[in-house]
Amino acid sequence: MSLAKPDALDISNKQKVALAVGVIGLFILVLALFNTNFPNKAAFLTLSIGLIIGGIVVYSRAFYLNKLEGIKNDGVWFKSISSRGVWGWIVGVILTTFYIVLYFFPKYLGLGTDGEANTGLISLFDPLSQLLSGRNASQWFVYGTLYTVAILAFGYKFILKYRHNRYQQLRTVSVMFFQLGFAFLIPEFMYVMNNDLPYYDLKSIWPLNYYIFDEWSVKGFLSSGNIGLALLIFGILSIFVITPILTYKYGKRWYCSWVCGCGGLAETAGDSFRQLSSKKMYAWKIERWLIHVVLVFSVVMTTAVVYTYLGYDKNDFWLTRGVFISLVIGLLSLVFAATMIFKRKELAKDAKYGAISFFTVIAFLLIMHFTSTTDHLFYIKAGALRAAYGIYIGSIFSGVIGTGFYPILGNRSWCRFGCPMAAILGFQQRLFSKFRITTNGGQCISCGNCSTYCEMGIDVRAYAQKGENIVRSSCVGCGICSAVCPRGVLKLENDGMKGRINSNDVLLGNDVDLMDFVNQK
Amino acid sequence: MEHIVIIGNGISGVTLARHIRKLSDKKITIVSAETDYFFSRTALMYIYMGHMKFEHTQPYENWFWKKNRIELKKGYVKQVETETKTLHFAEGDSLKYDKLVIATGSKPNKFGWPGQDLNGVMGMYHKQDLDNLEKHAPNNTVCKRAVIVGGGLIGIEFAEMLNSRNIPVTFLVRESSFWNGVLPEGESEMINRHIKSHHIDLRLSTNLKEIKSDENGNVKSVIIEETGEELDCNVVGLTAGVTPNIDFLKTSKIELGRGVKVNRFLETNIPDVYAIGDCAEQHEAIGNRRPIEAVWYTGRMMGEVLAQTICGNKMAYNPGHWFNSAKFLDIEYQTYGWVFGERGRPDYETHFHWKHKDDTKCITVAYHKDTNEFLGINTFGIRMRHKVFDRWLTEKRDVDYVMHHLSEANFDPEFYSKFENDILQTYTNQLQTA
Repeated sequence: MSLAKPDALDISNKQKVALAVGVIGLFILVLALFNTNFPNKAAFLTLSIGLIIGGIVVYSRAFYLNKLEGIKNDGVWFKSISSRGVWGWIVGVILTTFYIVLYFFPKYLGLGTDGEANTGLISLFDPLSQLLSGRNASQWFVYGTLYTVAILAFGYKFILKYRHNRYQQLRTVSVMFFQLGFAFLIPEFMYVMNNDLPYYDLKSIWPLNYYIFDEWSVKGFLSSGNIGLALLIFGILSIFVITPILTYKYGKRWYCSWVCGCGGLAETAGDSFRQLSSKKMYAWKIERWLIHVVLVFSVVMTTAVVYTYLGYDKNDFWLTRGVFISLVIGLLSLVFAATMIFKRKELAKDAKYGAISFFTVIAFLLIMHFTSTTDHLFYIKAGALRAAYGIYIGSIFSGVIGTGFYPILGNRSWCRFGCPMAAILGFQQRLFSKFRITTNGGQCISCGNCSTYCEMGIDVRAYAQKGENIVRSSCVGCGICSAVCPRGVLKLENDGMKGRINSNDVLLGNDVDLMDFVNQK
Repeated sequence: MEHIVIIGNGISGVTLARHIRKLSDKKITIVSAETDYFFSRTALMYIYMGHMKFEHTQPYENWFWKKNRIELKKGYVKQVETETKTLHFAEGDSLKYDKLVIATGSKPNKFGWPGQDLNGVMGMYHKQDLDNLEKHAPNNTVCKRAVIVGGGLIGIEFAEMLNSRNIPVTFLVRESSFWNGVLPEGESEMINRHIKSHHIDLRLSTNLKEIKSDENGNVKSVIIEETGEELDCNVVGLTAGVTPNIDFLKTSKIELGRGVKVNRFLETNIPDVYAIGDCAEQHEAIGNRRPIEAVWYTGRMMGEVLAQTICGNKMAYNPGHWFNSAKFLDIEYQTYGWVFGERGRPDYETHFHWKHKDDTKCITVAYHKDTNEFLGINTFGIRMRHKVFDRWLTEKRDVDYVMHHLSEANFDPEFYSKFENDILQTYTNQLQTA
């Protein structure tokens, strides 16, 4: 393994000190986990987080600031941590274990049940939670705090790494801002203002936020007066109005690499692992199936959940089961019809798969409507469907595998293989968006840096060496392919729809007549 | 079925094979002694630097060749017998062809320096050179210093490679300024300063006299011609240009100059034998181009053209406007059209030069001093669009037009600072004072 390789890039003494500082910060958390009773929790929590952030900041400064501005990938494949070496596997196992405990055994983190006080790690975070929202911490608060710390500290590192590249810097400041403000602070303050409101991270949009339309969530919104209603309406508008408009104008990057929390962590703490995503053809095949299966699952699950708690008759509300199911089928048909009418040619043989999936879903919904009793759909409870989604997709896929496996599968495996939101945005990006990555004529030398450092596993080079633009549903627009290109071949652009996808070879350099022949299919 | 045999699995040979497959069902065999599969030669440096692994430099997955019915044969061609259309391999076997394409690329120049074949002396061209470097310079304890001889594109890449592993580098350049046979003065001098800012020991106007050996036949030191100074080192990189890799053809009937002599159709003197890429030498140079073009892009373009000819649509190699690119450590370089350095510059060619005060960005625009026709541009640290310059060159735009529309050609990432106004202002001021 990589540890056996001579590591040509020794770290400096300053970096060693910084590393030690960060590890001490983490060690305080470990001590807390094993129920060390710190005398002054607030002080120790501050110390711990301070040491972790301080360690990362000092390390990054020592690592990048003594070098000239430019691409900093020297030794990436020699370092054990970033090349699936021993350290990579160790970190992977630790992260995965943490996620399993977090999702399924929070009591080991010290979560007090049945009104008991928190102990262990979670109790260490009580003072901060009290400060922000006046209640004790939960495992989610601990997770949210560490998540935010990771994005902020590693975001700083990323900004130093790309200090010659303003696109990278702005994008990173953006994810840091949205994580700290929207995901971490605002929901806490919203709780202080009105503690009936369900936790709501405004930037987390259905279907990524799969619980927003759960009964408890919707009831929470509806029982919180106008503000609650406004938030619920915002949640619906987010996916059906705001998202398509922004994706049309800028591509899915406006969300995936500028706003999203999962993307934020992947781009900052996960940056060292981006080269580990597989670029093989079979990975791409798995990706296409898996992500769309998750999307269908999430649509069906949400529909079933909402359907279950809606009444049968018009007594309590205009939105009955009949009306709801018609709305869902109507919307899906509209999207399907529009796609088939306007984009049939672009989809080519994928249109067949699209049609099959569409009619399967519709049939499913109709059967559901006509066979269901009060609480059973298909003879299974919608609750069971929802629980399965929560465990297998929400927890295991997005958390345990998505983040825990960063050092093994790369930093975007959830975004690439699982996220239903990414699937919707990708669908829009592929068919109806001004965004593309432009290739620069004939300048590509097929070196492979772009493909290697694509976190979404896109074989960028395959397009660049033919002079084709890259219009792929999975591209999150991180811009790293463009940054690492040694020949200035790639540029992320928003431009007109016309000529966006140029599937013909347009290599410049040879005379024009030849290119006509080359393009004859 | 006609059997096309291509010697060499570099960009030229592989492009040719791919395009023949697109156009026909002919049997195709690619022969290589270097590697099993095609890889990007220009990316070898990134393997040593740890940016990529070897597999990442392979543009096609290994199943690609079988799927496209392109046969790969690993072997070293020792002799070509054109009378019987047979290749004889060093391994003892042989192969029959109907049409033969020579695409064997280049090899590093050696100018008869004493000690040039010692252990630890190498070029940086083949996969084997990389393996050799990994052996002799894995880190800065095994290799305490390396000396690079020859200031061209490969030389500076070699220096960057060693620098990435903190191995001290002395860079001997024969010319008075880096690559000034090609680059105009202002650019060349900016790159000199950039090289030094990376703590590379750049020695201009300096030649190698000899390489000294220790008792085991390993490199011990080099002696400098001008001063007689002896520099201790463990690796010597020879990067003073390349020559066509065609020694194996000396016994054949194929006409050779420095390279394999070809006409505009890339045909040699022997029917059904062609040559493309670095190893092909035009009887007469095309425009301002050199008779031997050892460039990635021209190799690719020749492959595209010859595929047409071999598949029955006879076509001359007729390249469009010249372009090229490179990266000097952290500074990207692109060129479109012709911009000459001191050497070989036509009388009518005049330059406008702009340099940013941070000393990492500059452009040089060449134009005709009488007609003001735009002739070409060199750009450093600012990316520009190939397509736009290609169009302007075809339209024969004048330099004023180009300077006023420079922003159309900008290809830098979003949110980057723009310099067109500054450039235009400098340009206008110069016109007024001139």
